[in-house]
Amino acid sequence: MNHTIDFILLGPPAIALVFWLASMIERRRSGSAEAGFFARNGGAISAFLLIAVGFWALALIVWPQLYMVEYSFHPKLPPSARFGPKDYYTLANYRYFLFGSPDDTSHWNDTHLHAFWTTIGVSVIITILNFAVCYPLAYFMAQVARPGTVRRLMLLLIIPYWLNEILRAFAFRVLFGTGGVLNAALIGAGLIHEPIDFIGDDVALYAGLTYAYVLIMMFPLYNALESLDRNQIEAARDLGAPWWRIHLDVVLPHAKPGIASGATLVFMLCAGALAAPLVLGGPKTLWFTPIVYDRFFQAFNWPQGAAYALVLLAACMAFVTLIMRLFKVSLSEIAR
Amino acid sequence: MIPRALLGFYLLAFFTFLFGPLLVMGVSAFNTPSYPQAWPLEGFTLDWFARLFEDDSLMYGLRNSLLIGVLVSALSVLFGLAGALVMTQVYARARGLYYLVVVAPVLTPGVIIGISTVIFWKDVTAWTGLKPLFTGFFLTVLGQSSFIASYCMLIFLSRLQRYDRTQEEAALDLGASRTQVFFDILLPFLRPAAFSAAVIAFLSSFENYNTTTFAILADKTLTTVLAGRVRQGMTPAISALAVLIVAITIVAAGAYEIANARRRQPRVE
Repeated sequence: MNHTIDFILLGPPAIALVFWLASMIERRRSGSAEAGFFARNGGAISAFLLIAVGFWALALIVWPQLYMVEYSFHPKLPPSARFGPKDYYTLANYRYFLFGSPDDTSHWNDTHLHAFWTTIGVSVIITILNFAVCYPLAYFMAQVARPGTVRRLMLLLIIPYWLNEILRAFAFRVLFGTGGVLNAALIGAGLIHEPIDFIGDDVALYAGLTYAYVLIMMFPLYNALESLDRNQIEAARDLGAPWWRIHLDVVLPHAKPGIASGATLVFMLCAGALAAPLVLGGPKTLWFTPIVYDRFFQAFNWPQGAAYALVLLAACMAFVTLIMRLFKVSLSEIAR
Repeated sequence: MIPRALLGFYLLAFFTFLFGPLLVMGVSAFNTPSYPQAWPLEGFTLDWFARLFEDDSLMYGLRNSLLIGVLVSALSVLFGLAGALVMTQVYARARGLYYLVVVAPVLTPGVIIGISTVIFWKDVTAWTGLKPLFTGFFLTVLGQSSFIASYCMLIFLSRLQRYDRTQEEAALDLGASRTQVFFDILLPFLRPAAFSAAVIAFLSSFENYNTTTFAILADKTLTTVLAGRVRQGMTPAISALAVLIVAITIVAAGAYEIANARRRQPRVE
């Protein structure tokens, strides 16, 4: 094993230990009477808490992520040669993403870069679209409708989400196929003569992605709007504000944390969507996750797949940071 | 403020968008053509449902999904509970970092969680001589638990915000042990949250595809079998499966509502 791995495995628990010691020193200095962790929880419960959180945070979250980062800087090797004399650090996997070759940097890797930017761009558009679709209903449920109506609407909203992503995407395939209902209806109405290739043109994919994450936007938005005091709206109206000013200056600013939370989750799910592109993508469809998938299961190049996955993760982190800056909200307001 | 007609039209459009595709798929499950087709109706059949139960790998995937769902649900509730309790007690200066770590899985794309789980555990099981543990089943349980536990933790945290710690102090003053306080006061208070966390965990696990498709390796769950079927070609049997799932969940949700309503109703004697 090499030193980086030691660092990855020992670093995070060491940081936790440092914080623990600091807390003990601080408590002793300030002379606070607050009981320490073990005194407060008792032996058995303390052990449960430490083991459960330790395993979850370290073995399921931190170690795998850090390990994947390290892994992406290695060449493709058989398992027995890993950390052996033939192993070395390399940027080849990232170079491949940018230039389509492990060492030649004269041409850009157009296919993969194009897919990457399409994925990001389309995800942003779908996020905005989702917000536009959800906002009126969320506002209606939060401020206008009676409690009974809200309850019934909520039930209706949840039903499509009992189905998994594959089945939802399948429904769109049935709807949009060349022999599907939509084409049959359009031809029947005399609007078109030849069936439109909705799937080849990616219309089905974008509609399916919008559909898949409507609820993810709806709930945070509804929660944020619901906490707005209706008197504020009344006051603005009494002072003569037109309806669009009320929304722009009173309702939307109040809903900011909800918008940020919904937007982050929709973007992340959209950019990371795998089922919809696999089922609804046409032969020419460019989406990034199927490319990552192929690195693993067709090219069998795991380090390269890890590098590609990290590029996607970096994009998502950039988006979350941007939204947090833009809306001036904290992480705890986004993830609820 | 906004004309009622416009609102009505919007609501109609919204719910058409929400249910239209499902309705089309539902009708195609009962139509005779072997390509899923809702219109024209060529005849009524239940064959596609029968076809479903003859599909061995689908049934195998279903069994696996149910088993994984139960395990993930149990693990996630435990991790989520511990995570939430530690959150309320962790050293204030470390809270931000701790929150970032345990909430990060919610904001990480599922494919990345699946990939990192496989890469990490492949080498760990090899180093520690636990090679037999490197199975799709085991990895899927671990990979799914990592982010589903975060959902559970958030549910517990929101319940804990309403927790009155003076109850604990009262019990301690009356001579209860720490363990008794945990089991007799804290856990009963958290029971509703634990129930909804378990249900949500099971459902998230059952319908997960992105993480599972990597972590499951050569094994199968219902969603990965389905994905394979859909990619191979279109058959109304898949529509039939969707109809079944919606029907089962509507019946279950209805039963739950009725049970709840009964409990709420004041008893007349």
